Amino acid sequence: MRTSRRLPIHTHNRTAYAFLLPWLIGFFCLTLGPMLGSLYLSLTKYNLLRPPEWIGFANFKQIFTNDATFTHSLQLTFVYVLLSVPLRIIFALLVALALNQGIRGLGIYRTVYYIPSLLGGSVAISIVWRQIFDSEGVINAFLGWFGLDGPAWIANPDYLIYPIVTLSVWQFGSAMVIFLAGLKQVPADLYEASQVDGAGKIRQFFSISLPMLTPVLFFNLIMSIINSFQAFTPAYVIGDGHGGPLDASMFYTLYLYLKGFSYFDMGYASALAWIMLLIIAVFTGIIFATSRFWVFYGDGKEGR
Amino acid sequence: MLTMRGTYSRVIRHVLIVLVGLAMLYPVLWLLSSSFKPNQAIFTDTGLWSHSFTIDNYKNGWKGFQGVSFSRFFGNSALISILCVLGNIVTCSLAAYAFARLEFKLKKVWFALMLVTIMLPYHVTLVPQYIIFSKLGWINTFAPLILPKWLAHDSFFILLMVQFIRGLPRELDESATIDGCGQGKLYLRIILPLLTPALISTAIFTFIWTWDDFFSQMIYISDIKLFTVQLGIRALYDPSGSSDWGALLAISVLSLLPITLLFLMFQRYFLEGIATTGLK
Repeated sequence: MRTSRRLPIHTHNRTAYAFLLPWLIGFFCLTLGPMLGSLYLSLTKYNLLRPPEWIGFANFKQIFTNDATFTHSLQLTFVYVLLSVPLRIIFALLVALALNQGIRGLGIYRTVYYIPSLLGGSVAISIVWRQIFDSEGVINAFLGWFGLDGPAWIANPDYLIYPIVTLSVWQFGSAMVIFLAGLKQVPADLYEASQVDGAGKIRQFFSISLPMLTPVLFFNLIMSIINSFQAFTPAYVIGDGHGGPLDASMFYTLYLYLKGFSYFDMGYASALAWIMLLIIAVFTGIIFATSRFWVFYGDGKEGR
Repeated sequence: MLTMRGTYSRVIRHVLIVLVGLAMLYPVLWLLSSSFKPNQAIFTDTGLWSHSFTIDNYKNGWKGFQGVSFSRFFGNSALISILCVLGNIVTCSLAAYAFARLEFKLKKVWFALMLVTIMLPYHVTLVPQYIIFSKLGWINTFAPLILPKWLAHDSFFILLMVQFIRGLPRELDESATIDGCGQGKLYLRIILPLLTPALISTAIFTFIWTWDDFFSQMIYISDIKLFTVQLGIRALYDPSGSSDWGALLAISVLSLLPITLLFLMFQRYFLEGIATTGLK
């Protein structure tokens, strides 16, 4: 740090690396090293007790050709992602639009709508969820008012996915806050000008708000997909913790956890982790690649 | 006519927003009200307003199990969360300062790698990390939960702070440099104080995520004396249905209390933190 004063502005090498040191150690020891480690382990048979035994692609072969639970858990996770991500984003967008109309008490509503995102990840709320979706629970009592006979959401394997999706959609608040911030960045004169030109509210939404929000939408979409693929606590707590009933809560991460930490088949779990990484990479890759067709970076860019 | 219609639709919209908001809060209100009901009333008396009020659930729940009470679990969770908060604040701000203000070799490469790690799923490093920590003899200690935060492992917060520092006027740095401030002093005396809002956001998010982080706690901790609140709740709860529901719900309420209070106290920073990272 003493030397930097004398040096020209553009060379801070030593100081900079000193500042970066904790992160660099973390990057190599907790991220890059373990990533390569799990790639290696995925090609071995390993149970923590004996040294890893090289078996080539046997784990992957087993996973892709002879593992019904893998196929099932992947399907289940896809269904979860494809249901919960769009629903959550649509809700977030609709509520953000409703709140953005210069409504009184915006702060209070924003807080109320955010609270589920704050609490939703906890074990406590998953337990509550299990209870209100119970066949005798509040949801079915509510459906009963309309003469509907709700199913056993938790006990019946065909329905278990819906409470879990609902729990995710319930937490739309964090995406909504981001949308609200994005909407604030849209210059008001755009709306005024379009109003003069006779555009209605719906036209304004599709021609102004939505295009201006696409960068934020892009961000929300990526983060939601990545997080949804990794959902664990709801599946673990709303289900029975072993993937049941009848594998209805066997989410991908839960399967990975059980393989690695219940059966201590750590090579297999590493293979599952790498497949998961590739799937997430493909999804985000597709969104990145298509982004130039639908993400609009307008003039408002220099705003912040 | 037009204004009449305008007010009309505004009222409808307001009513809708309030109704949806109430529906959103319902599970939380249900939890709160049920925690004060006697055990047998929880599932028979489904209304939010209870006819029989009791705080026995809280007393029973707090006792914990196998001779370890929830004061221990809350203490453990608080200790872990606070140490994680400190770690993230110190190490992420150091890294962020380097990325935002210093010029050095390979900066772009490191920055790109940092961005990639934000999107990396935890599971792909999980098994080797577990092996490393178990070889070090750190299973059933808090170290695997805390150490990563002291190595700026949550790159998300580095990005948050980089964005924030980039928004600070450079003139401050320049005049301080002219006055003879080295980079270390610049970071401590100029940048860090101005970074406070981002540091508060980081602190709150870290606290909440650590408090709620069930997965790693479950993997690394099995000794009841070291249990966190989340693990304690999970242990009280028996999916087959024979749990002491009153106690379970009471403890659940208590487990959500710290993060709720924190949020309500600092919500300005909190919501701004989300918004600034959301914007590119």
